[in-house]
Amino acid sequence: MRTLSGWGRFPRAECRVVAPKGEVELRSAITSASSAIARGNGRSYGDPALNRETTLLLRHADRILDFDPATGRLEAESGVMLADIIATFLPRGWFVPVTPGTKFVTLGGMIAADVHGKNHHKAGSFGDYVESLELMLADGRVVRCSAGENPELFAATIGGMGLTGVIRSAVFRLIRVESAFIRQEILRTRDLAQTMEAFEALRDRSYSAAWIDCLARGRNLGRSILFCGEHARVEELPARQRSNPLAFAKRNARRLPPGIPGFALNSWTVKAFNQVYYAANRSGVKIVDYDRFFYPLDAILEWNRLYGPRGLLQYQCVLPKRKAAAGLTMMLEAVGRAGTGSFLSVLKLLGPGRGMLSFPMEGYTLALDFPANPRTLGLLSWLDAIVAAHGGRVYLAKDARMKPEMMDGYPEFAAFRKLRRAADPSGKFSSLQSQRLQL
Amino acid sequence: MTTVLVVGARSDIARAIARSYAGSGCELILAARSPDALAGDVADLKLRYGTAARAVAFDVLDTAQHGAFLDSLGELPDTMVCVVGLMGDQTQSEHDVAAADLVMRTNYTGPALLFAEAANRMVARGFGQLVGVSSVAGERGRARNYVYGSAKAGFTAYLSGLRQRLAQAGSKVRVMTVLPGFVRTSALADMETPGLLTAEPEEVAAAIRKAEAKGRERIYVRPIWRLVMAVIRSLPEPVFKKVKL
Ligand SMILES: Cc1cc2nc3c(=O)[nH]c(=O)nc-3n(C[C@H](O)[C@H](O)[C@H](O)COP(=O)(O)OP(=O)(O)OC[C@H]3O[C@@H](n4cnc5c(N)ncnc54)[C@H](O)[C@@H]3O)c2cc1C
Ligand SMILES: NC(=O)c1ccc[n+]([C@@H]2O[C@H](COP(=O)([O-])OP(=O)(O)OC[C@H]3O[C@@H](n4cnc5c(N)ncnc54)[C@H](OP(=O)(O)O)[C@@H]3O)[C@@H](O)[C@H]2O)c1
Repeated sequence: MRTLSGWGRFPRAECRVVAPKGEVELRSAITSASSAIARGNGRSYGDPALNRETTLLLRHADRILDFDPATGRLEAESGVMLADIIATFLPRGWFVPVTPGTKFVTLGGMIAADVHGKNHHKAGSFGDYVESLELMLADGRVVRCSAGENPELFAATIGGMGLTGVIRSAVFRLIRVESAFIRQEILRTRDLAQTMEAFEALRDRSYSAAWIDCLARGRNLGRSILFCGEHARVEELPARQRSNPLAFAKRNARRLPPGIPGFALNSWTVKAFNQVYYAANRSGVKIVDYDRFFYPLDAILEWNRLYGPRGLLQYQCVLPKRKAAAGLTMMLEAVGRAGTGSFLSVLKLLGPGRGMLSFPMEGYTLALDFPANPRTLGLLSWLDAIVAAHGGRVYLAKDARMKPEMMDGYPEFAAFRKLRRAADPSGKFSSLQSQRLQL
Repeated sequence: MTTVLVVGARSDIARAIARSYAGSGCELILAARSPDALAGDVADLKLRYGTAARAVAFDVLDTAQHGAFLDSLGELPDTMVCVVGLMGDQTQSEHDVAAADLVMRTNYTGPALLFAEAANRMVARGFGQLVGVSSVAGERGRARNYVYGSAKAGFTAYLSGLRQRLAQAGSKVRVMTVLPGFVRTSALADMETPGLLTAEPEEVAAAIRKAEAKGRERIYVRPIWRLVMAVIRSLPEPVFKKVKL
């Protein structure tokens, strides 16, 4: 037995962990368990990768199985780490079509949460690039799923949070890039209206996301720093990088000292950080490496421990475009009033989604971080109410506490449930999250 | 082209070692009881590092066939790494002779006799390297795992003696003893271990490669283990008997 949690370190649970070495071991683990859930690298924040009876740790199953250098078609086992995919293929001129804000996630986790990146408005979610996958079902059978084979199971598995079965391997496409660098544009905005206008005006940028100062109030409510990016072409690079445009310096991540007290992040430090951060990022264009652009947080290993032993709660929701301005204003006001302050608050425009339990839908998504404590729980219930009233939804990969009613935000939830019942009649695949939300 | 044979290739430690050597351009031979299960690893090494790799069948308990196994590889590999091992269940090993015997043969006689055959061939050829993955569990027998620990102690002692014999005979063949503490492998997935004392499989590989470069022959994987084991070894028997470790 081991004590496991998600990245937020809340909640924690004693789980029996099994790391199957191969297909045979995975089958016997699944068929002998009465309840089980897959786990990749545990980078979801809350409880979707926890099952007390059997948590199937897949991160060791990380073999790259096939690659076609003509098309960028990559087949790999589900435990392969995004960081490994990049380290292997970026030097050859390939990048992932969609990336979350950390590279320490597995392929299986990216599919099961149907992750989105800063390019969702143009490129869609990770699931849009998955051609096929091999899924082990509750009875131990392995089925291939794609748009042509078992299409319903395929659709339900993308974003299905591990509840349809265990993804053994998947085939997806990489995209061609000329360099390991991003041409980054920074734009500072004064308030929410200006921020949303900027997103619309810059729709053609491949990547865009805004860091939003959630402690700014009144006139400044919603002031942000908008980061846009394009994969840099060779001729855009500084002269010294042009000869070797795919080379990048490996950044040595730092670890936090042990025993960070729970008060390291409080409303004062968050406010100070927000002030400094806002002032430090001037509008302008520069060339930065991919690591700095996509994964600034990965520079500090275990930064989640900044929140102390009680952990953190991340809250990410999306509001449909029509109601986004009103809803976001209410949410930011509520956060401002609560005074807890969110260290990292990110706003981003999403394009149309793919349905089922996949999170993205056309509109604005807001992500906030808070220390896990009763006050935060109260605030988040209030935010839930605002999200529900504005026809939005909350992201399962970040959730640790919402109530089953919030699933109303997913219009295809009933259809998902039906498919899941058909694939797994006994409901073997379940997580603490799926039990809590009655998925 | 340097060829590296890794036996016990399905272990996560072995896989990290194979990747490390492949990353340096070595050709890999992966050996396990069921080589079919290694097809993914062979593809992985080729795709990640562009090096040649193949899988072969090998059972460490089949000691009579060890020589023939080595001769069947074509050319004798430059480096051989033995990662084979079996922790077993201590309580079962205390009561079930067959279970204890399996642990003993898998950790000691099997690997030692394989290296005996390999060493003689390497000495005849004039060069080579043998890397044995043993364990800190062999440093002092403890109640919680002494059946496994005693077998690892045997393997560690065998490697030590072999190293001295080859050195005294003036052979260039090198022998390395690797003493990992806790390693976060699939086999240990369900065990709560102290973070400071637990290495990732990649650290074991990195430690071996570093030792190889620096000419070290007996290594702990995290330096802290040298200290921990020095303390455990130095406890007087009357005290040791009472402490729970
Ligand atoms: C710093 C940080 C930034 C992030 N940024 C983003 C972002 O920008 N966009 C975004 O979309 N997400 C983001 N995330 C969330 C993260 O991308 C997802 O939670 C992702 O699922 C984590 O992958 P994992 O391998 O760690 O999966 P885990 O957390 O281990 O599991 C997540 C879910 O996937 C399921 N699962 C995992 N492997 C398999 C498998 N082989 N078969 C079936 N089901 C499986 C689990 O059952 C669970 O339901 C971020 C997370 C962090 C910590
Ligand atoms: N993990 C740790 O904390 C730790 C600590 C100290 C030392 N070690 C040592 O490190 C090595 C690898 O450990 P691990 O944790 O990765 O465990 P593991 O996965 O059980 O590795 C042992 C390997 O030995 C193979 N093996 C067992 N019997 C065999 C036989 N008769 N013939 C051929 N191969 C056989 C196994 O093959 P199959 O996969 O086919 O069963 C397996 O690949 C072991 O020697 C272990 O004692 C581990």
